[in-house]
Amino acid sequence: MEFKSADAYFSQSRGVLKCTIRGEIDHHSAKSIREEIDKRLRDESPSELVIDMGGVTFMDSSGLGVVLGRYQKAREYGIGFSVPRTAPAVKRMFDMAGLERIIKYGEENSNTEKTERRG
Amino acid sequence: MKSKEKSCENTLKVSFESLSRNESLARSLASAFMTQLDPTVSELADMKCAVSEAVTNCTVHAYKNTVGTVYMTMKAYSDRSVRIEIRDKGCGIDNIEEAMQPLFTTDPDGERSGMGFTVMENFTDGVRVISRRGKGTKVTLTKKLSSLRSDT
Ligand SMILES: Nc1ncnc2c1ncn2[C@@H]1O[C@H](COP(=O)(O)OP(=O)(O)O)[C@@H](O)[C@H]1O
Ligand SMILES: [Mg+2]
Repeated sequence: MEFKSADAYFSQSRGVLKCTIRGEIDHHSAKSIREEIDKRLRDESPSELVIDMGGVTFMDSSGLGVVLGRYQKAREYGIGFSVPRTAPAVKRMFDMAGLERIIKYGEENSNTEKTERRG
Repeated sequence: MKSKEKSCENTLKVSFESLSRNESLARSLASAFMTQLDPTVSELADMKCAVSEAVTNCTVHAYKNTVGTVYMTMKAYSDRSVRIEIRDKGCGIDNIEEAMQPLFTTDPDGERSGMGFTVMENFTDGVRVISRRGKGTKVTLTKKLSSLRSDT
């Protein structure tokens, strides 16, 4: 029996691999999300990984593991990484963990182009 | 309020197998139980997240490589506080203080962030941990809900 509480959708254009996650990210759903993203990174060799988390309805610290792990992977591959949209459930977890020091992430409705950061 | 005494008004006890798919079930149960106290959306979200952390720890750490039973007891009190106890009979925690430090994890390969206890502490009003090596762990989460807006 396969029970999935979250789904990851992918699209690629001009070397940018975009992964859109919807639903609830917990330890259970984290596994397949992680594996799917890693497989795409291997197979498609993008120049940038963008994870859209605007449609995430629940996230616990397992989601931090997913994001930090993908950030590490992106660094290993030497490619860009960002999370342009974060739902409130995601953003409060990122804020709490102090992720703004490491990762670029936007608010719920900000768009991909608007990722200006303080230097 | 006249008296500081609080009484337990309702209790729900459940037990389930430490399967990862039961993490969302545990959150839903906590949410359903709390609904009778008419919590705010954010109070509900906070407690669901804390419960998810504690139950995940039973799956990932307490019963690592095996499946055991997770016991969850939920209590609602007259002062609008909720107490949720999550207990396992797994491996136990040697050093609780160390385990509760932000970023501390004994399972970095599994991409654990070591932020579980930090989340529990941030999203509740109290986290109590009792553990014995080889016997198991009991995590008690307490949250005091804001008072109801009176409509009169
Ligand atoms: N129920 C438990 N049984 C045994 N060990 C536990 C339990 N809960 C937590 N731990 C220990 O405490 C550490 C920290 O837990 P936590 O803050 O949730 O981080 P993480 O789950 O990411 O490792 C775990 O790595 C584990 O060693
Ligand atoms: Mg944990």
